[in-house]
Formats: sequence, structure tokens, C-alpha cells
Amino acid sequence: MHPVLNQRDRTMSEDAPASTATAEKKLPKDLAAENGMVNVQIDGHWIQVPRGTRMIEAAKMAEKEVPHYCYHPKLSSPGNCRMCLVQMGMPPRPAPGADPEYGDDGYQEIGWMPRPVIACANTVAENMGIRTTGELVEDTRKGVMEFLLINHPLDCPICDQAGECKLQEFSVEHGSGQSRFQETKIKKPKNVDIGKNIRLDDERCIMCSRCIRFMDEVAEESVLGFSQRGTHTSVTVHPGHRLDNNYSLNTADICPVGALTSNDFRFQMRVWFLKETKSIDTNCGTGANTVIWTRGNEIFRVTPRQNDEVNSAWMPDSHRLAFHSLQTEDRLTRPLIKKDDQHGESTWLEATSKAAEGLSMRQPNEVAIIASGRLSNEELFLTQKIAQSIGTDLVSIVPRKGESDGKLVSADRNPNTTGANLIFGTDEACAKLDAIREGVIAGRIKSLIVLQEDLLAEAGFKKEDLEKLDHLVVTHTHANSTAAQANVVFPGTGFAEKRATYVNVTGRLQRANQAVIAPGEARDDWEILSALLGKLDKDYQAPASMDGVFNALAKEVSAFNDQTFGSIGDLGVSITETGVTIPLLEQEKARKESGIIVG
Amino acid sequence: MAIIKVQRPKLSAGEKIYFGSIFKGMIITLRHAFRSLVGKSVGAKELNSSGVGITMQYPEQKWDEELPEYYRGTPALVTDELDRERCVSCQLCEFICPPKAIKITPGEIPSSDEWAKVEKRPQAFDIDMIRCIYCGMCEEVCPEQAIYLRPDYVVTGTTRKEMVHDKDRLYEIGGKRVGLVNKWNDLK
Amino acid sequence: MDITLLIAAAIKIGVFIGITMTFVSICVIFERRFSAIIQDRVGPNRTMIPLSILGFKKDFALPIGGLTQPVADGLKFILKEDFTPSYVRTVFFWLAPVFVVVPALLTMAVVPFGSPMEFGDTVIPMAVADLNVGPLFIFAIASLSVYGITLAGWASNSKYPFFGGVRACAQMISYEIALGLSIIPILMFFGGLNLGHIVEEQVKNGWLLLPLWNEGGFIIGSGYWGQENVIQRLLLLIPLGISFVIFTTSIFAETNRMPFDLPECETELVGGYHTEYSSMKFALFFMGEYAAMVVGSALIVTLFFGGWSIGFGIDGLLPTGAWWVSLIHIGCFLTKVTVFILFFILVRWTIPRFRYDQLMNLGWIVFFEAALINVFLAALVIAYPSIGFMGFIVGFIILAIASVLLILIAKGTTKKPSATAV
Repeated sequence: MHPVLNQRDRTMSEDAPASTATAEKKLPKDLAAENGMVNVQIDGHWIQVPRGTRMIEAAKMAEKEVPHYCYHPKLSSPGNCRMCLVQMGMPPRPAPGADPEYGDDGYQEIGWMPRPVIACANTVAENMGIRTTGELVEDTRKGVMEFLLINHPLDCPICDQAGECKLQEFSVEHGSGQSRFQETKIKKPKNVDIGKNIRLDDERCIMCSRCIRFMDEVAEESVLGFSQRGTHTSVTVHPGHRLDNNYSLNTADICPVGALTSNDFRFQMRVWFLKETKSIDTNCGTGANTVIWTRGNEIFRVTPRQNDEVNSAWMPDSHRLAFHSLQTEDRLTRPLIKKDDQHGESTWLEATSKAAEGLSMRQPNEVAIIASGRLSNEELFLTQKIAQSIGTDLVSIVPRKGESDGKLVSADRNPNTTGANLIFGTDEACAKLDAIREGVIAGRIKSLIVLQEDLLAEAGFKKEDLEKLDHLVVTHTHANSTAAQANVVFPGTGFAEKRATYVNVTGRLQRANQAVIAPGEARDDWEILSALLGKLDKDYQAPASMDGVFNALAKEVSAFNDQTFGSIGDLGVSITETGVTIPLLEQEKARKESGIIVG
Repeated sequence: MAIIKVQRPKLSAGEKIYFGSIFKGMIITLRHAFRSLVGKSVGAKELNSSGVGITMQYPEQKWDEELPEYYRGTPALVTDELDRERCVSCQLCEFICPPKAIKITPGEIPSSDEWAKVEKRPQAFDIDMIRCIYCGMCEEVCPEQAIYLRPDYVVTGTTRKEMVHDKDRLYEIGGKRVGLVNKWNDLK
Repeated sequence: MDITLLIAAAIKIGVFIGITMTFVSICVIFERRFSAIIQDRVGPNRTMIPLSILGFKKDFALPIGGLTQPVADGLKFILKEDFTPSYVRTVFFWLAPVFVVVPALLTMAVVPFGSPMEFGDTVIPMAVADLNVGPLFIFAIASLSVYGITLAGWASNSKYPFFGGVRACAQMISYEIALGLSIIPILMFFGGLNLGHIVEEQVKNGWLLLPLWNEGGFIIGSGYWGQENVIQRLLLLIPLGISFVIFTTSIFAETNRMPFDLPECETELVGGYHTEYSSMKFALFFMGEYAAMVVGSALIVTLFFGGWSIGFGIDGLLPTGAWWVSLIHIGCFLTKVTVFILFFILVRWTIPRFRYDQLMNLGWIVFFEAALINVFLAALVIAYPSIGFMGFIVGFIILAIASVLLILIAKGTTKKPSATAV
């Protein structure tokens, strides 16, 4: 329940006995101004909302839906779709010298205006009345719907937006059901290639300008705009430019109709077949909140999920299309053991024994572990346990540094560097990588465990370095050149295939959920590590589930204290301060403060 | 619940022996059997009886002429008068299908195609006739009038694979259907 | 032992078991076709020889209206998976079907199928064993089949089969008494237990229930009435008729046929005692039931309807001992049996199933008493020549009083079911 609504309930319950004049000054409605609130009547109920709230947001707080197309809380409000028209009223201004008259409920009588106003760009005022239903509002909506549908091709059967299309939904809810339009519809360009990821269908467009505003305000690359005028108005890309921005797919998300569709998802699957799994993006340290859309065991698309502390409502294209790498042919599906320079398929039991055998016969300082910043907290925790059980302190992750794009893509491309630092208890979890590499080259290190990393491609190792090792254990999702040299290879799982927790660059603990099942016999990395640990440490009690590992982690690592898998929630919790900020959120904050957006 | 005492009928001494009734019953049974044997059972004529009882001898005798117009046989896809596939693979039939017999792989129409403006057509369209329950929901839900339940009911096969009707087979059964909505003609 | 008799016995065993088994399958096809006709259906009418599975283009359809259906059924039973549940008492579970089938087949041994055949000097009776205690042998052996059913119910180790087994046990034991008592008047009349002799007697003096002729000729001729004790013979029809009704009904109960098929009634007990059985073991129960039906029909025909005799004095016109006459007689016998099998089926589709207490009432209160009184009634009629008219009247009065007392006792000790008892 929204706090404001609670307040309303109190207001209403205390109203009834307080009809006497003595209690008048104590009424919550009279205290509103002191708290920066205003009293607003929405569909007959009085509530208090913060001063300066847009009418559409006030209605949302009152759990009344005002249909809208152009309004988006993260974008400016031009008020050009006219769908959010509501009826507004104010108390009549008293004659000079006269006191305002109060009704039995203690509020002033509202004089309703005969014309509707748009709810998205107007702010509420003290004693304002808003009607989101009623004859005037409903007739207005019916009329607007009819206008919007005049040139719409009604090709819902082929349109990808069908099922999540606001035009469909509001047409059913508020439309008249038939068109009186007798003339020929205006033909506009269809199936226009405007960018790498985006396809434009101008006939379906209802000129809400969300995409244009997004490119102007958020992506800051103004390539979209309206051309022509009147009924010929259409969205176009600026001549000589293409919509190739790394945030272009967000325009398809916010497009209320099917005018902008994703090339990647185009005609792949109808949205009503897809199952939504809340998860997070693991392609960089930001950890954008996502929804993974699956049918059966196949991922069809990934879309951003609003989290005002992480990614607002956006997500870079490069990250959302990264899920395709999980659905390639070169996934590892069975544990492999190398015999006579040849990898042969094995069983989990045999492979685990073989891996443990090669580790335990070495001196502690001859063994090293290269973990990954892509591993989850639980996996890193078990890695740490394995290192402790072997007795080695040569544990490192592989750093992945890049350029921040000044928006959502963090300079740290590892999703869990912060988590690795917390769990390993260092400031720089990748510090020992160089030492390990030198140890391997010098032949001091005989056994190496590599978790979800390709050393040859990303950690500066050379093929001949790895050949010096006696025993190389690799877990990875895909076949790669490091795995090719390993004595034992375990097939691991990718980001959408496991439940796991990560800590992003700002120190926020977030949860990824399992959307699909890993191919073949591939197992969660924590299970692999747990089995290996069981072989190395006879006293080790393997937890029955992921949650067990997390609970052990929460007990031992102070930053995670008192956290459980459930307490993280869908939006995550901040567990540590790193001083890192996300640029896009800072920009958004500035726009909000200047009053451009609601936020 | 109230207890209702049922009064059993009072029978006379003759009735109590039951033989009369049993004998009468046997005569009735025999008479019925005889009528059935000579094909005079009630309804034999209306049901196209083969001569014994009211049963029709199926493969030799068929009911095809009497099939009502609304008879629901195998579902099939149809083309329009210009031989365009009516189906645009909106997958509503796949969604509504109660036994989940329909499986559609949507595909984009290449821009070189005559009907490129339709944009979308099924790449594959499989109906598993082992699963199909002939409910006709697919026909009802289709916004393009592309799928129809035909009067064919003889769907046989010796393997499961044979019982899965693919797109070619569905169009072969369905054929052409004209005079329906023409959403994709040039006026549109 | 004469070698001819030995060979003949071997042949007879083979042939008669063959005939019985054939009849079992004929029963099945009759049951299915006749039931179908009664229910306005066609029934199995197109069983073919499946040449197509051997690679031929078409199946070979014999124009015999599905007569090969039992063969197909049998093949199916043999080829089906023989499933034995894990929880059964295995040895007894396997033994039970045998206990059902063997007695049913054994009883056929004493039934005369036709008139004796003569090969030179040797007279070969057309029964596998021409015993002098035929009916006793039949009852003794037939009562064994209750073991099979009870065993099946118990060995299945499952509640519905167990109920079925218990029901079958109680039912068959109850009706055996009525069965035995009901044929005593017949045995008294014939004065012997040899079924062959009983049939030959009926050839001469008319079928037991149809004494339309005797050594003197047909009933319409004066020669018939010239024979001694004609009136007594006709009077005897009353006790013999009662015997027939009780005997036939009891045979229904003994063979677990409708309306007495409570041990296997689907609506209450799933499948009754053979619920857990499948494949050939189930088929053995099936065969046992139908074999019992064939034996029952054969017994009724032998005792009441002249066995193999053609009747109406025609047998006398045929030469005795000729092989073709024997064959005609065998044919005649089988025809009569078939008629009775059809009767069984007719009853099945006419009379609804009894309730179990009704079944027990009928067995113990009605049939037992009726059969008992009937014995004395028959004795009275048979004894008429020796005790004279006065003796007959006195005997009749005593019997009447005894009967009334018996009925009163039986009725008085039966508690009427109360309407409120739940």
C-alpha cells in the first residue's frame, strides 16, 4: 500500500467523528500544507499527494488508471496524444470579502469545468477535483481513440506489439468499436530500415513522440523527428543518419504501438507465449535489472526492468542481445576428461574425482585458482573455501576493464567485482593474477583451476604457458581454447540458467533468477564447486541448495550479514559503499530537479 | 434428511412366482432380437443400417452425404483467390488450441516476394492430429480466416510422424477458399 | 483291456475335449453376436486372416461372418503380455486358473455325446467314461472349480478379487445343495445313475419333460395309453418340472452367469476374482466359465431333453450301432446344447443381476425347501402303485402339512429388512 493511501484512509476514518468545529484545526487535511502535500479529490475520494505532482501520477496513487500514450515518467511531457484527458474542477473563487464555504465533509464544493484537461502535463493544486471517469471523460477518450485509429492499419495479426500494445488495450477499454472514417487511409512507409536493431512502420505510429524524446533526452543523439504535418505526419530518421545508438532498442520498448520493433525479436514469437523471469544483466558492473522472456527452454528477448537505483528504465542494446551467446552450438554439455591428449565424455562423479585427485596430490603453493568476476557471490564464496581447503592463497579473478559510455555501461565489465572484493576480503580481487601467471610460466604452479574464464583470450596467458601445467581444471559454458588444454572440463551454466546473487559497482546486492534450464548435463557452478570441495575436504557438509550456500556466505562475510535470498527482493539492497555512481542516473536526477521529468 | 419409507408393491401369488414376468421378458428380448436380425430395429432406416441392428458397416458404407454443414473434421489451411497463404502466423490458434496440437514457426516474407507487404507468414505450421480434438477453436479464433475444419475425418497413419500434418499437407487438404475477408488486397 | 477300447477312449478324449473347446469358442462368438443382435448391433463380423502382415496386398476375408473371431481372440490372449502383479501369492495365483478349467473339462467325460457305435463285436459308448455314477461324478468334480475361484480371489492379495472369491465360494456351495436335491426325483424315476442308460430310457419312453411317446407309440395313438402307469408318468411331470426349474437356475448360479454373476460383477468389484489376471491366465478363467456353461447345458439336455436322441420315435427307425447314426446323434446332441447356450444368453440380456441377499434367499429359503419337498412329492407319485390311492392321499396330506410347516419356519426365521436400517 502506498503511504499516501494509508494517510487517506486515516483521513477518512477520522473525518466522521470530527464534525465539530473544535477539532477543525487538527484535521489531517489541514496539516497537508505543512507536510508539503495538497488535498485532491479523485473520483470522489480525497487523498493527499505531494505538491507539484502531475495529475496522472496523482491518479496512479489513487489506483485509478488514466490511459495515456505520450506520457512517460522518465521523459518530458509534451501532451500530444490527448489520451489522458480528464475532467478537472476547483472550488469557485469566493466573492470579495466572503469566506469560502465548506461542505459537511469539511471540503469545499468543487465546481467542475466543462472542458477536459490533459492529466500528464498539469500539476495538482489544493482542493482540486479530478474525474477519471464520467460521461465527458469517456466520450473524449472514445473520440481520441477514433482519431488515433484513423490511419492505423489494424494489422494486429502480424504486428509484434500485439498482446502488449496500448492501442489494442485502450481500444478495447475505451474505444467505440467501429470507425466512422469513410475516406481512404493515408499510406505511409512500412517496414523501414532505420537502424541496426530497429525497424520502423509509420502506418502504425500514433505520433506520441516518445522515441524522439528518448533519443533527445536520454540517449542524447537526436536522430529521430517528425516530418510532414497534419495527417501526413510521420516519424523519420534524420537524413544521412541512422538509429544506430547503443540505446536504440529502448525506443521499441517505450513505443506504445508496433511502430518501432526490434529486428532481433521481430516475428520470432508472440509475446503472450512468453514467460517473464525477473533477473539482472551480467554484462557489466552496472547490473541493469531485466526481464528475461522465455518460451519452453528458449530465451526470446531480454528487456529492462525499472529500478531507479540502477538502470532507471533503460538498458544498452549490446547487453540485451548478449543472451544469444547462451543459445549457440558450442555449449559444453558433458564433463570431459583428457586421456591421451584427447577429451572424452565422462560422468560427473569420475570427473570430480579426477579433478580433486590432481589438486590434492600437490603442495599447497603449487596450486592456484583463477576465478572470474562473472561468477556469483555464492560461487566465489565456494572458490574461497576450496582455496582455504587446499591451503593456497593464489586466488584471483580476471579483470575486464573498458570504457564507460557515460550512461549505463560501466567501465568494469565484470558484473561482480565488488562481490569478489568483499568475499576475498581485498580491495583488488584481481591483484594476484600477474603472480599466478608468472608462477605458471616459471613452472612453480603445477595445478590450476580456471572458473568461467578463457585464459588465452582474456588473461594474457599463452598456449605454451598452460602446457607447463600438470593439472588444469576448467569450468566454462562454452568450448574454448583454455578448455581445450584442460585435463578436466566441467560444463557450467550461463546467467539466465541459474539463481545467483551479484554485487554491482555501486555496492548493490542483486538477484538473478533462473529462466531456462542449462543444456545437457551442465550444472550450476556452485554445484560443481561444492562437489569438488566435498572431495577435497572430508568434513565439508554440502548444502542442499543455492540458498544454503548463500546463508553460509551471509554468516561468514560481514557485508552480507543478515541477508537472505528472499530479503534481497526484486530490486536488490545496498550492502556496501563504493563511491561509484551510474552516470545515467546522475543525468536523470538533474532532469528531475529541473522539472523536465517526473522521475 | 427425512427418511422416506418406500412401500413395496403388494404382489399376488402368481406374480410372486415371477415366472410369468420372466417368460414375458424373454419373449420381449427374443422379439427385439428378431426385429434387429431382419433389420427392423427402431431407427434402422434413419441411421442407414446395414441390415442387422442399426449399425452402419463403416468402410463400405459412409455417412458423408448426411454430414451436416457445420461438421468439424480435420483442420486445414486455405489460400485466397490469388493463391496467397491466408495465414499470417499470428499464432492465436496455437494459443487457443486446448490440447496444444498446433505448432507454428513464424517467418518473415522476403522483400522480393509478391506479398512482401503482408510481412509475415508461417515458416512451418504443424498440427499434431494425434492431439487434435476437433474442437474448432482455431477456426473460430483466426482473424484472417485462414484455418478451417474440413469435413474429412479419415486421418490415419502408421507412425506418429505421419500423423503430424505439416504446412504442405494442410494446404493440400484445405485448398482454396474464396469470398472471405480480403484484408490484403490492393485497396488496403 | 481291449486294445480297441483303449484306442477308442484315446480318440474319444481327443475328440470330445476338442468338441468342448470348440463349443467354448462357439459360445463366445454366439454370446457376442447374439448379444449384439439383441442390442441392435452387428457384433464381430469381419475377422480376417491377416495376410497383410505377411506381406500380401490384402487380407483374406472369409465369408463366414466373423466366425474366426474366437481364433483371433485366442491368439491375442496367447500373445498378450502375461503380467503377474508383484504382491500376489505367486504359486496359488498361477494354480487357480487351472483349478477352474480342469474340472469343467473333466465333467464332460461322463456325458454321452451320441448313441454307442459298434465296430464288429465291440460296442463303443460315445462317452469318454461310461460311469455308473455319472451325475455324482459330475457334482463331485464340478464342485472342485469353486476352489479355483476362491484360490484366485485369495492369491490375488487384493480386496476386490477377495470379495469376488468369497462371494463365489458362498454362492456355489449354496446352490450345489439345490442342484443335488433337484435331480434326486430324476434318479428315483430312472432308478440308476448311468447317464447313458438315462438317455436310452428317454429314447424309448419319451424325453423326461416331453413324454410324448413311449414303447406303445405316440401320445395320440391308443398304444400310448395302453402302457401301464401312463397317468403316473404324466403326473410325474409336476415334480420333474420343478426339478427342471431348480436345476437350470442352479446351473446358472454354478456357472456364475447372469443373473447370478455376483463374483465378477463389474459395477461392484471391478472384475471380481480375476481382476488381477491377464493374458492366458485370464483366458483360462474365461474358458472355464464357458466350459462350465457347455457342461451345464449338456447336463440339462441329457437329463431332461433326451440327450442325443432325436426323439419322436425316429431313433427306433434308425439302425443301431451304425457309425453314421452315432454321428447324427452327436449332431443332434450338439444342436440341443447350442439351443441351451442361446437360452443362457437370452436370460443374460433379460433378467437383471440379483442382489447378493436375494441370491442367498433364493438358494437357501426357496430352492432348498422346494427341492426337498419336491423329492417327497416325486417319491409319493412314484410310490403310488404300491401304496394305493388311500396311501397316496394320506402321504399327500402329511407332505402338505410338512411343507406348510417348513415354509412357516423358513419365513418366520427370516428377518424382514427394516426400512430404517442403514
